[in-house]
Amino acid sequence: MAEPRVRIPSTARQGEVIEIKTLLSHPMETGHRRDVYGKLIPRQIIHTFTCTYNGTEVFRADWYPAVAANPYLAFFTVATESGRLRFEWIDDEGTVYATEAEITVA
Amino acid sequence: MTLSQPLRLSRRTLLRQLGAAGVLVTLGPAGAWATKEMVQQAVRERIGTREPQPNGVTLRLPKIAETGNSVPLTVTVESPMTPDDHVLRLHIFIEGNPEPVAATYHFGVRAGKAEISTRIRLARSQTVLALAEMSDGSVRSGAASILVTLGACVEEVWGD
Repeated sequence: MAEPRVRIPSTARQGEVIEIKTLLSHPMETGHRRDVYGKLIPRQIIHTFTCTYNGTEVFRADWYPAVAANPYLAFFTVATESGRLRFEWIDDEGTVYATEAEITVA
Repeated sequence: MTLSQPLRLSRRTLLRQLGAAGVLVTLGPAGAWATKEMVQQAVRERIGTREPQPNGVTLRLPKIAETGNSVPLTVTVESPMTPDDHVLRLHIFIEGNPEPVAATYHFGVRAGKAEISTRIRLARSQTVLALAEMSDGSVRSGAASILVTLGACVEEVWGD
């Protein structure tokens, strides 16, 4: 399983709005393509992405097949306190891809 | 134009005709796409009868994409993102793909800034519509059009 990649600043001032960039290797199979035998390839996409900050959800996304393969997402959050941000991607097979990042807030 | 016609085709005419052919190719097979009604229904399911105000939502999308497989899109909603006035949700609708919705993003006060960047698949040239649900119950909208030379979903899958 490919490791998700996340970039956040390691330190921030309290109240600062920080940008978070995420990337996951995933085919995001749309469910609309056919194989060489004309059979539909089943849908296999990441349908939910969540970001929690010390256990509190701060951002969530619902995705559909129009999100490109190897989904890239950049978004923002307010640096409230030092701690841990957790990122989770869930796909149609129920696989959960997760990673965490630490931030120090002064 | 017949084959017996001498080659009097100017470069400009040729390019224009190639362009027209390109447009025909990008239209692709009919029937597999979301209809305007499906997009309208998806919009109504999410915002009900509220009327979107066409301001405050900015889409950054290339004007032309050589392929629709991975098109960068940034959407910004103007909002102070305070407890009294913030963005709750942002929906991305695509009228020219098989499915009418691309994504929904759930914000809150803690998002700090109502902006996302992503990459989307576009099956053909079309308009991308973004609707933002605000904390006061209002809905704002923005849209951007893009010319897609070669749509996503057209590639064959080889092998097993």
